[in-house]
Amino acid sequence: MADQQFNPSILGFLCNWCCYAAADAAGVSRFQYPPSMRTVRVMCTGRIDPAFVLRAFVEGADGIFTGG
Amino acid sequence: MLTNADLLALEGTPGNFTATVNLRPRYIDADSCTACGLCTQYCPRHHVDPYNEGLSITRPIHIDYAQAVPATYYIDPSSCLFLQHETCQICVPVCQSHAINFKQQPEERKLQIGAVILSPGFGKIDPKTLAKFGYGKHPDVVTSFEFERMTTASGPFMGEIKCFSDGRHPKRLAFIQCVGSRDIGCNNGYCSSVCCMYAIKEALVTKEHDPEVDITIFYMDIRTQGKDFDAARERAEAIGIKFVRAKVADVTPWENRLQLTYATLDGQHKFEPFDLVVLSVGLESPKDAKKIADITRIDLNKYDFCATNAFNPLQTSQQGIVVAGAFQGPKDIPESVTQSSAAASLAAASLKQVRGRGVEMKTYPEEQKVAADDEVRIGVFVCHCGINISSVVDCAAVANYAGDMKNVTFYTENLYSCSQDAQEVIKKKIKEHKLNRVVIAACSPRTHEPLFQETLRDAGLNRNLFEMVNIRDQCSWVHAGEPELATIKSKDLVRMAVAKARLIQPLPEQTVPVTAKALVIGAGVAGMTAALNLAEQGFDSVLIEKGDAVGGNLHHLHHTLAGDAVQSHLQTLVDKVTKSKKVDVLCNAELVQTAGFIGNFSSVIASGKGKTRVEQTVDHGVIIVATGGREHRPDKYLLGKSKKVVTQQELEKQLAGKAKTRAPGSIVMIQCAGSRGDDLNYCSKVCCNHALKNILKVKEINPDSQIVVLYRDMRTYGFAEDAYMEARKLGVVFIPYEVDRKPEVTEKGAKIQVRFFDSIMQEEVVMSPDLVALSVGIVPDDTDTLSKLLKLPVTANNFFLEAHVKLRPVELAVSGVYVCGLAHGPKPVDETIVQAQAAAAKAAIPLVKGYVKVDPIVSSVEQDKCIGCGLCVSLCPYGAIVMQKVDGKRKAETIAASCKACGICAAHCPTFAISMGGFTNEQINSQIVAFGATGDR
Repeated sequence: MADQQFNPSILGFLCNWCCYAAADAAGVSRFQYPPSMRTVRVMCTGRIDPAFVLRAFVEGADGIFTGG
Repeated sequence: MLTNADLLALEGTPGNFTATVNLRPRYIDADSCTACGLCTQYCPRHHVDPYNEGLSITRPIHIDYAQAVPATYYIDPSSCLFLQHETCQICVPVCQSHAINFKQQPEERKLQIGAVILSPGFGKIDPKTLAKFGYGKHPDVVTSFEFERMTTASGPFMGEIKCFSDGRHPKRLAFIQCVGSRDIGCNNGYCSSVCCMYAIKEALVTKEHDPEVDITIFYMDIRTQGKDFDAARERAEAIGIKFVRAKVADVTPWENRLQLTYATLDGQHKFEPFDLVVLSVGLESPKDAKKIADITRIDLNKYDFCATNAFNPLQTSQQGIVVAGAFQGPKDIPESVTQSSAAASLAAASLKQVRGRGVEMKTYPEEQKVAADDEVRIGVFVCHCGINISSVVDCAAVANYAGDMKNVTFYTENLYSCSQDAQEVIKKKIKEHKLNRVVIAACSPRTHEPLFQETLRDAGLNRNLFEMVNIRDQCSWVHAGEPELATIKSKDLVRMAVAKARLIQPLPEQTVPVTAKALVIGAGVAGMTAALNLAEQGFDSVLIEKGDAVGGNLHHLHHTLAGDAVQSHLQTLVDKVTKSKKVDVLCNAELVQTAGFIGNFSSVIASGKGKTRVEQTVDHGVIIVATGGREHRPDKYLLGKSKKVVTQQELEKQLAGKAKTRAPGSIVMIQCAGSRGDDLNYCSKVCCNHALKNILKVKEINPDSQIVVLYRDMRTYGFAEDAYMEARKLGVVFIPYEVDRKPEVTEKGAKIQVRFFDSIMQEEVVMSPDLVALSVGIVPDDTDTLSKLLKLPVTANNFFLEAHVKLRPVELAVSGVYVCGLAHGPKPVDETIVQAQAAAAKAAIPLVKGYVKVDPIVSSVEQDKCIGCGLCVSLCPYGAIVMQKVDGKRKAETIAASCKACGICAAHCPTFAISMGGFTNEQINSQIVAFGATGDR
């Protein structure tokens, strides 16, 4: 069963000032979360062109996370 | 920065002090400690964690919290096994960077300094005072400080709110206000100013955790006098948090709950059970206030806070020593931050002769040219961070994986990439392998990017040829139980970074020179104080005033609550401003137009009247907005219709006069006339104190005068509470009214009648006083024009909106523009003065530097591609893009010095004409492609 568990491939766009900092804080606090996200740091989520999101889906992402 | 340090002595005179400090040993070498936290994991001894209010256990070797500065661990000698019993020392071999040093001894150090800023913070209320409410006896009575840690996601319970008695989640929660404040029982007659607001905040947070929880706040007056704080109270009420005006007499156990006994205004005694009781404890003077006063010879007030006065709010009784923060009086974060800037400006002014002395500029080797078509040679360094990364992630596998990637010329692992020797290795490898891009897989760029960029510069590379991968905070630390998956994630992140690195280009370092002059708009107390402060720091300013003369609202004030004479202070200020060679005063003046950006503004100013009106252009580097506010005159309570109805400002003027009848025999005062949900939707902060000030003056002139004050919440915060107490002692009657039952004022012949519902007697009362004094609010003076002219955001109530309410309270969103005084929000004179000093302090930063440094990651417009649609201009939150005519066509252009690199413009440009340094479309797309290319390297 475990093999069939859905293991999504997620691409995250993290704002340098808040969500990237939150990811750092999660690390410092040793909060554990599933290792299914890869991250791209941006200086503000305002930088995220919708085209990036579509491109990520084309490249095989199952989901997109934005944090800002 | 010297932490773990105590001030032992202070000798000398202003400009030439010698401070003796004792540096307590940390037992850890701060330069070597990497804050990895391994020592805490291995330390066998328990230590009650004071940072978490004793709610959790840490180890004697620890760091208080993750963001502590410096990020260095320390050993608390009181519980360390070695320091107490000479055993253990487990931490010594555990520490991979050999930072532990038990040989450290206390060190006495003498410091040559010119000025002193005292900012020791506040102390805690004695537990004996809390015992009245069952604290210490019943586990479910907690202080607000404990509760704050409890509700915090990073706190000891990760935000879970529990009763200590049996671990259940509380369903009914009570806050008791004014514990240890407004309480002469513990000699704290003053109001702590912050507790109402923090109780509301904690209540709101609790509701977020569990919307079902029932919360009651028991209060005397809700003092949410800060800017937009009333809105928080309204929000709290809207989601069902109850506010009960009652003094809680007793907290007793009742089954497994706590029963509160309280009396309401109408005289009823009530009993109500709660699961958890939070005591909103006040702020006391710091524990060692007397010691500080002894050492520095400053005066304390009767509550052991630092004594200061309204016109020099941060000046202690000793020249050369200023104060900032809660030691000056209880206050919240925005005001503490404002005071700290103001204190810095006062200290800087006194030290201006030696400014810049002793500074050594670092030099770098000449930057190696990296052309776009040069071969890309990437070096990848994978950090073990001791065992912080390598205990989970297979660093060798990650490095080898990177080594197989296209363009990666060199790869290696480091034990600590941030250590001094690793920097040398990186520099050496850059030269040896002719690397022109560097990727470091280690920790967070937020903390370590500057360090590595410095290494690149030392090696002759442009600092932007660098990319960082966070395989510690985002891999090993958060996927500790899944080493294989963490390793795969690390490889993926490195692949994405290398893909981006292939495309990164050197970016030029830009600096923009600054015109060392300020434009100060508005010559009230705020503008004059700011201009004079800048003058004292050595900078010129142009001070423009729209009225005939400088002085602003101070003309309407005659004395302060503490009794200081306002008019003589105003005269001193005016004299100083008009005589100062560094302040150019223009009256009947207004700003017509401003162009430019931080450091390089150019403004057209019209001044003078009628035929003498002239326009002139002024070049300046910064702008301080101090346009002030004025009394709001509500069309209510017969104001302006009856001579017997006046505002507090008019009453003050009358009291300062000589007329025999200036202090009438009977007065009814109505607070919040037109404010707080009426014409104005906010609290004007000063009106309660203004009423008290007039009351005491009336009583001084005519002790027989009978005064009744109809109020909603008396907001005599801080030490003004003493005046409130004094007034009640003098027989002044204070009667609260509810917002849905406001007093009514009518005229009956020559008499004036005030009809109101007395909530104590529970009946309607009619009075015919000699005078009705209305406490009206404050409105900003035309912020509209200036907000359009300078693109400055305003709040819903038309006051200027600061860049960050807590952390940047005097800066505006547009770089180089600062705000102070009533234009920012209603506030009393002392707070206005501090804010003006703070605005001057912030404005002085670019003036002192002489240049503005532009981060190379700002936006840039490729003008060939730009179609001049102007979308970017309308979206930029910082006014950092302008439209220019280039060969007759509209083209966008970035003002690099104002740009904050957010990239909103780049994301929205329909023709992809805008690019962000270090975050280009190509670079981000390459990361996305690399994200998907799991098999392909």
